[in-house]
Amino acid sequence: MTAQMSAAKRSPESAETTRRPGRRTGAALTTLTWVIAVGFFFPVLWMVLTAFKQEKDAATETPTFFFSPTLDQFRAVLDSGVGTALLNSLFATVVSTALVLALGVPAAFALSLRPVRKTKDALFFFISTKMLPVVAAIIPLYVIVGRIGMLDNVLTLVVLYTAMNLPIAIWMMRSFFLEVPGELLEAASMDGASLWTSVREVILPLVSPGIAATALICVIFSWNEFFLAVNMTAVEARTVPVALVGFMSGQGLFWAKLSAASVMAALPVVICGWIAQNKLVRGLSFGAIK
Amino acid sequence: MASITYENASCIYPGTDTPAVDSLDLDIEDGEFVVLVGPSGSGKSTALRMLAGLETIDRGAIRIGEKNMVGVAPKDRDIAMVFQNYALYPNKTVGENMGFALKMRGVATEERDRKVRDAAALLDLTEYLDRKPGKLSGGQRQRVAMGRAIVREPQVFCMDEPLSNLDAKLRVQTRTEIAALQRRLRTTTVYVTHDQVEAMTMGDRVAVLRKGVLQQFSTPAELYERPCNAFVAGFIGSPAMNLFTAPLKDDGVVVGGGTIPLTREALSTLGAAGLEEVTIGIRPEHLSVANGSAGAVTVELGLVEDLGSETFVYGRLDDDGAQPLEAGHITVVARSEQRVAQRIGEPLQLAVQADAVHLFHPRTGERLDEQS
Repeated sequence: MTAQMSAAKRSPESAETTRRPGRRTGAALTTLTWVIAVGFFFPVLWMVLTAFKQEKDAATETPTFFFSPTLDQFRAVLDSGVGTALLNSLFATVVSTALVLALGVPAAFALSLRPVRKTKDALFFFISTKMLPVVAAIIPLYVIVGRIGMLDNVLTLVVLYTAMNLPIAIWMMRSFFLEVPGELLEAASMDGASLWTSVREVILPLVSPGIAATALICVIFSWNEFFLAVNMTAVEARTVPVALVGFMSGQGLFWAKLSAASVMAALPVVICGWIAQNKLVRGLSFGAIK
Repeated sequence: MASITYENASCIYPGTDTPAVDSLDLDIEDGEFVVLVGPSGSGKSTALRMLAGLETIDRGAIRIGEKNMVGVAPKDRDIAMVFQNYALYPNKTVGENMGFALKMRGVATEERDRKVRDAAALLDLTEYLDRKPGKLSGGQRQRVAMGRAIVREPQVFCMDEPLSNLDAKLRVQTRTEIAALQRRLRTTTVYVTHDQVEAMTMGDRVAVLRKGVLQQFSTPAELYERPCNAFVAGFIGSPAMNLFTAPLKDDGVVVGGGTIPLTREALSTLGAAGLEEVTIGIRPEHLSVANGSAGAVTVELGLVEDLGSETFVYGRLDDDGAQPLEAGHITVVARSEQRVAQRIGEPLQLAVQADAVHLFHPRTGERLDEQS
């Protein structure tokens, strides 16, 4: 009772001290936020707008905001053989991500829920492979890939992208697996579930948002990867980033076409993010266990 | 249903030298409710997990019925476990959680549903069967965890501090419910807790562990009335038993300017042991406020806890001869029926009921009148 009363007495004071920032500061902050956000977003917006322009609208000295939109540039880009690059990128991205998940999920599971004496060493080994700059590895890689006759082959990219993303994926997924209480596995094993059943029925549904997040990261990294692709491929297996560069050097003055190609390159990742966002935001629902 | 036997069972965690559970011997009868109790690090949970198959039995054996469980997988032991944090499957509904073990065993859907519904009715969970555990209160989750164990009709229930995540009121209520349920189902149950009140109220028998070693395994009454050593004496009972070591005289123990009289049997036991001092244990209810009577212990009144039905009086004992078991000064607790007239800081005399005094060896801590 006394505690309640004293709390009631104190409350106006505490309201005073925790008062929200003044209206003027709030407005200034809002404006600043908008300025920064628009500043960041404007180039993207401009790229999208330019992609729907005719070349003559795109090249005006005073930029035009109002124009009659057209899909001509997209058509032109597709006609110039970007289609193959898109397919190559898609193949390398999807297959390498699938491989990363197939190898990474069991690895992350073992390294988090079934630790052994050398777990820490194994984890360090994985991350240490990312410490060597790719530039330093590119010449030996090129020689090896060349000797086995796999240059300009999309399968080479699949292998390289899998190796590139696997360490990050394992580390990321391990942090999600660590959130899973070990008792769940114990409970499942006492309930008579085999290890595989308990992973499939109990663990995977819990960590699926984490796996989705990891997959998205892998997709983005693979889709945007440039350095390996530009060195390992030529015509047959070139990916979208490489093709994009081709546009820049050859047709650098055609802003509208370049923008259309860039929009097409960015779109799949945006769509993936959009689809995955639901899972990413949902987070891990561990309230039930605690 | 089955009996359980721990035979010299030990568990040593990798990388450690001292066993977490050291040569544990327990005979648990069929249908019995046994509580393993002890402070943290006493090995009680490890002992339970060895039974469940979640820790290895490095030495000795654990038998369920006649079958030795060494090397047997958890799922083949026919044991159900209730975990401290319940370990409910968050992505499954209450019904699916409870029926999971039956599903794993290949029980037909109709039979599974019937058993789940029966258990749900027993635990008042029928209306929650389609909910996910995340939408339940702590008490309801606890009941789901119980339900998951019951549905399987196992030989043994293992419970690892299942009430520790509940608030005080719910804990008391659930405590009685679990005990009643066990009495009804007559399934052999091993229950781990650090709360000695839970141990005393729930168990048919209680095993007190300390640092992996079994101290005493007997009924709650026996534990309270005849603790086998000073550790058990101090652990069981709330407020704890007053324990301190003091010099011996011809007719009793010299403490706080007075002498605590001992019975003739006790004196002869002490004489036979040839001790010059003794660890003496007095329960708070065997100390009473005695104004001016002889042979009483004088303490400095420190704190009075008036709980309404009873009053606990805490006093500080300043005596060069008497030594506390742990560092610090000796605090003596007495239960008093009436209000205390003295004020804090004033001397207070406490009379001891001579036949209720527990005597322990000053060095080993073992009970001294074991033969009487």
